[in-house]
Amino acid sequence: MRDAFPRAATAIVSTATHGIGEAPGQSAMELAVRASLLALGRVGLTPADVDGLFIALPHDYFAGLGLAEYLGIHPRLTNNSRVGGSSFQTYVLWAALALAAGQCDVALITYGSNQRTASGKLQSSLRPSPFEAPYQALTPASAYALAASRHMHQFGTTREQLAQVAVAARQWAQRNPEAFMRDPLTVEQCLASRMVSSPLSVRDSCLVTDGAAALVMTRGDRARDLCLHPVYVLGAAEATHHRMISTMPDLTVTAAAESGARAYAQAGIGPQDVDVVQLYDAFTINTILFLEDLGFCPKGEGGRFVEGGRIAPGGSLPVNTNGGGLSCVHPGMYGLFTLVEAARQLAGEAGERQVSGAEIALAHGNGGELSSQATVVLGTGAAL
Amino acid sequence: MPDLTPERSWLEALEQGRFLLQRRASTGAFIFPPRVAEPRTGATDLEWVAASGAGVVHAVTVIAPRPPAAPYTVALIDLAEGPRVMGRVEGIAPDQVRIGLAVQARVSRIDGVPALLFTPREAEHA
Repeated sequence: MRDAFPRAATAIVSTATHGIGEAPGQSAMELAVRASLLALGRVGLTPADVDGLFIALPHDYFAGLGLAEYLGIHPRLTNNSRVGGSSFQTYVLWAALALAAGQCDVALITYGSNQRTASGKLQSSLRPSPFEAPYQALTPASAYALAASRHMHQFGTTREQLAQVAVAARQWAQRNPEAFMRDPLTVEQCLASRMVSSPLSVRDSCLVTDGAAALVMTRGDRARDLCLHPVYVLGAAEATHHRMISTMPDLTVTAAAESGARAYAQAGIGPQDVDVVQLYDAFTINTILFLEDLGFCPKGEGGRFVEGGRIAPGGSLPVNTNGGGLSCVHPGMYGLFTLVEAARQLAGEAGERQVSGAEIALAHGNGGELSSQATVVLGTGAAL
Repeated sequence: MPDLTPERSWLEALEQGRFLLQRRASTGAFIFPPRVAEPRTGATDLEWVAASGAGVVHAVTVIAPRPPAAPYTVALIDLAEGPRVMGRVEGIAPDQVRIGLAVQARVSRIDGVPALLFTPREAEHA
């Protein structure tokens, strides 16, 4: 059957972040609710207006029930399904379908985590694999390191090129007052930083921070009443290839090649039409893989593509303009922050890092060990 | 009668020092990790066979824990039979393990847990 995604029928009307960096003492739910209230308040809505809830929390399998209880609402749709950090892209997909079908009228998508101040490391509630756990790989860094080793072997990608990704992210972060790490960073510093799981060093790895975000979606007609700059959902698609890194079909090709192609087709655009790109950069190799798989450069060319500041401020393709998971925020699951930054860019709210004239943005999420990939294409009213 | 507990069967064999793979009787296709059915087809005519242990390093990372713990590898190994497994390569300096290195499996233990260790094939015959 033809993919009948409801292009531009729904829109993000508001976004918010809260507690980025360190938020000592605040629970994950408190962080998420605060972000949600900020997002609702910006467009004159209250919790009572929300009838579709989409939420993940690091350690709460009933997060959707807890959020409904906390907000004191009786939602028609509650979804806390999990495919990793890309869950939030899938929430946009499901929220768009549900809104278009009249299953809900106001969808709230949120996330919160206190993993930095609560534990200081990435938290996991996953069942260890009996086929991988004995080898004591660092989860998840080693999985991405194995993919990077393969990319370097097949395509000649270098550690310097990986470092270029981190440096570009840091340069964007320096233009974002909300970003957690804003000190200058050089390729040499990246190369000299402590190795975590070769070829990936500390500076190739995402931050461990606290943080929360929220976004509100409605149908397009209501969106134009609620806000000046609705950000329309033009396409949203997901794809899954595997769970464990040892069963990934090809370590150099992610399911983003599928999710991206379908999201572009829904939106009626191609990578050449995208003005600003937000990619889930859990590790520097992610950015390179996703630039390739989402069609911004040919397979194997990602390392060379990011050289010369091409994805940094002033480069030809603005990527991860908030500073990314590498330099802005990474509270365990980062996918929602790519959506918030994409929406902020299209709504003209990105301050010093604003990409001028941005009309189409892509926000790509990654889950597990390059396992789940989900792509959302967003556009301004001018892009319709 | 299909094996209803393939995960447990594989782990029990490993515990006894044996590295097994599942093979589909009607086609000879090998399967790993162990499953109740072949991926995609759902076929259940699966039998256990001893793995040859021969393989080639497909991808590798070196993890350097805080001293005095020694660095170690985590590798993905393409087995001669087809499936890919995670394992450690030993008998060679971790930073010398290259993609494409021919290796041979043996069943051993890592911190008491049964595991697949791979050594370079040349080293084994030396």
